[in-house]
Amino acid sequence: MSWATIVALAAGAYAFKAAGVFLGARLPTTGRPAALVALVPAALFAGIIVQQSIGDGSAAIVATRVLGVAVGGVAVWRKAPLFVVIVVAATVTAVARLTLGA
Amino acid sequence: MKRHDDGPIKPPRPVRDGVALAAAVGVVGVVFGVLARSAGLSVAQACAMSLLVFTGASQFAAVGIVGAGGSGAAAIGSALLLAARNTLYGPVVERWFRRDRVVVRAALAQVVIDESTGVGAAQTTDADRRRGFIATGIGVYVLWNLGTLVGAVAGDLVGDLERWGLDAAFPASFVALLAPHLRHRPGRVAACSAAAIAVATVPVLPVGVPILLTAVGAAVALIDAERRAGFEPAPEDAP
Repeated sequence: MSWATIVALAAGAYAFKAAGVFLGARLPTTGRPAALVALVPAALFAGIIVQQSIGDGSAAIVATRVLGVAVGGVAVWRKAPLFVVIVVAATVTAVARLTLGA
Repeated sequence: MKRHDDGPIKPPRPVRDGVALAAAVGVVGVVFGVLARSAGLSVAQACAMSLLVFTGASQFAAVGIVGAGGSGAAAIGSALLLAARNTLYGPVVERWFRRDRVVVRAALAQVVIDESTGVGAAQTTDADRRRGFIATGIGVYVLWNLGTLVGAVAGDLVGDLERWGLDAAFPASFVALLAPHLRHRPGRVAACSAAAIAVATVPVLPVGVPILLTAVGAAVALIDAERRAGFEPAPEDAP
């Protein structure tokens, strides 16, 4: 990879982040725009969960990943701290793959 | 299994959870360092990417395309498509730092990513949102870069992410970060619509695009809330 590519990636990635922060400052803090902004995390995080769970990998890799995320979800429901959720999800998935030879 | 009786799910704790997430990201940083070297990047280039680009999914996409023989332009295109969602986080995060100077906000913009926005937005007060965002943003920045350096220098010590189940750790983390948003109906509607959009589009659209489309879920939830309120302005109790 050339240095020019890395510089272009860096500039582009920062431009996206900064555009959101500085253009966001122009949005009204009340009414519909504000209500919409407040709902963006709920929407995007749900999308990220789906994308990262089923996004790529063989059937066995996806199935074991979904199992780990589901058990992680149970840990969330049982009010486990985030650290525990991470360890539980990764462990369940790793053990399931070891067992299945996936 | 019956839920405990002490109220709804508590929000993640800002600093402790930020550090936990940063530690997991650090391990993934090691993997990125290894992959970057195997795709032909120098140690300096791998570290420069993590320091300057600092968008995990974009970095993996770019290195993967170059490693598979793709052009620099193809790498830039895919990586920036994945980075575009950070623009949508800006207006969410900006509210917590509105009183800070432009230099501070310009610096904080570099750490506007899924994890920092997630921990921040899961909190219930603005003070905790700031603490959660800063702790996660700086924690992830430091450990992601340390991880990259270790991976780029030490090489293939960790094996792949999938062997350790780390690919399940991140979606599970976002289940925890999403949970506080599900306490109110608008949050639930936004999340369910977004999940449906993602299920329908992830298998068919290029990577990065489905996440951008899920933002439509927020609009669906707003329309739903306005209908229920009899076309009154949307309630301010959105999470």
